[in-house]
Amino acid sequence: MNLILKGFESFGLYILLLRRSFTGLLRFRLYWNLWTHESIQIGRDSLFLVAIISLFTGAVTTVQTAYQIVSPFIPKSTIGAIVSTSAILELAPTITSLVLAGRIGSNIASQIGSMRVSEQIDALEVMGINSATYLILPRLFGALIFFPILVIYACFIIHIGGIVAGALSGAVNPTQFVIGIRSFYEDFQIIFMLIKALTFGFIISTVSAYQGYYVRGGALEVGNASTRAVVISCLMILIADYVLAQLLL
Amino acid sequence: MSQLRIEHISKWFGRQQVLHDISFTFQPGQVNMIIGPSGCGKTVLLKCIVGLITPEAGRVFFGNVDFLQANPESRRMILQNLGMLFQSSALFDSMTVEENVAFPLRVFTQQSESEIRERVAYCLERVGLAGTQEKYPAQISGGMKRRVGLARAIALNPKYLFCDEPNSGLDPLTARRIDELIQELTEEFETTTVVVTHDLKSVVDMGQRILFLYEGRSEWQGDKTDMLRDPHALPANLRAFLEASGLMRDW
Repeated sequence: MNLILKGFESFGLYILLLRRSFTGLLRFRLYWNLWTHESIQIGRDSLFLVAIISLFTGAVTTVQTAYQIVSPFIPKSTIGAIVSTSAILELAPTITSLVLAGRIGSNIASQIGSMRVSEQIDALEVMGINSATYLILPRLFGALIFFPILVIYACFIIHIGGIVAGALSGAVNPTQFVIGIRSFYEDFQIIFMLIKALTFGFIISTVSAYQGYYVRGGALEVGNASTRAVVISCLMILIADYVLAQLLL
Repeated sequence: MSQLRIEHISKWFGRQQVLHDISFTFQPGQVNMIIGPSGCGKTVLLKCIVGLITPEAGRVFFGNVDFLQANPESRRMILQNLGMLFQSSALFDSMTVEENVAFPLRVFTQQSESEIRERVAYCLERVGLAGTQEKYPAQISGGMKRRVGLARAIALNPKYLFCDEPNSGLDPLTARRIDELIQELTEEFETTTVVVTHDLKSVVDMGQRILFLYEGRSEWQGDKTDMLRDPHALPANLRAFLEASGLMRDW
């Protein structure tokens, strides 16, 4: 019972923090520097990690799909179709976001949490600056802009990984793979992928910021908040993933 | 000069009452000190005054404006006239010393970059840290951080200056230098200064008006001269506090 009440309390605080982070905006340039800094951290610094994970995800999905298609009556291009559809609808947005929840979510929570325990957030408030707006808004917009870009990038790399693995294993040649991609492609799949990317970016940035913002104590609590940010973000991503699939497909 | 007074401040954390009906008028243009043993509620009271904690009861008046009841715009105006030095200095560690001191100027003034740099240089020079502009907080000592914190606090020419344990954890020489700076800045900028401390050496060096807290209650308030003139006439808890500090030996 206590856990449920605590859950409701946390959700209420989360909503209030979100509302507060959209009020009391000061000068644009104050947020611009922070936004560019956050964007670099979310975007540029994640490119390599996302590329590696996507490449192997695409390769493994292709090999495993080929392994499951044993009937000679199913054309090889089906492998490309299955890998591509999986990549667009699920692998690129969800796997990328789960990975970024670990990298970016923990980073946001520990940064804001450290500012809380070292009284930097108090210093902002005493200066008359809305700390929620100052700390959360640039991170939220950084995530909303760069998550879709990263997911599109991941999707592209998954396809590359699939094509390469298909060719190397002899399961499907690149031409058949591309025929498969084209045969089942619909524009809505890309829209669905971008909706997921935006949703997951929102979840990671705001849940992590919330965990950091309400830290009480010292370094140990900052570490705990960072872990909680990752765990809750991942959980929320999986729930949102199911809800979006149910609603939009 | 700017009047600051608190009326009937009470604060609870859960079922525990940490401040009991505290009223006090801070003297404008002077160093006012909130003293008392650790855990007596000094910092909580300071945070109530500057709005970081909302008390369950009581009022805080900056001039004639009730800070706790003021609308957001009035609150912001008051906060812009207020500088605070935190116990941990609270410098933004992603910014250089110059950016830290310039931060309130960039947010709240229309000054050009050259004017801001000039003002930052003046504030840093005033606290004895000229030439440290490019350093990051991680590259300077604890005493220097406090001084940068002071420079940031005075950047906007505040009417009120609040200091939370300004010399805790510092060596005696640096602690004295910080005390001297607070006193000098109070005189130079004619600020109403409030210092929270349990260091009686600071009280003797720079305190003028004193509020003694004990277990969240105001046990004694008055001028430093009254406190030092006849310690035996003071309440027992304050006397014990003074005795423990070793100051009573001098009388």
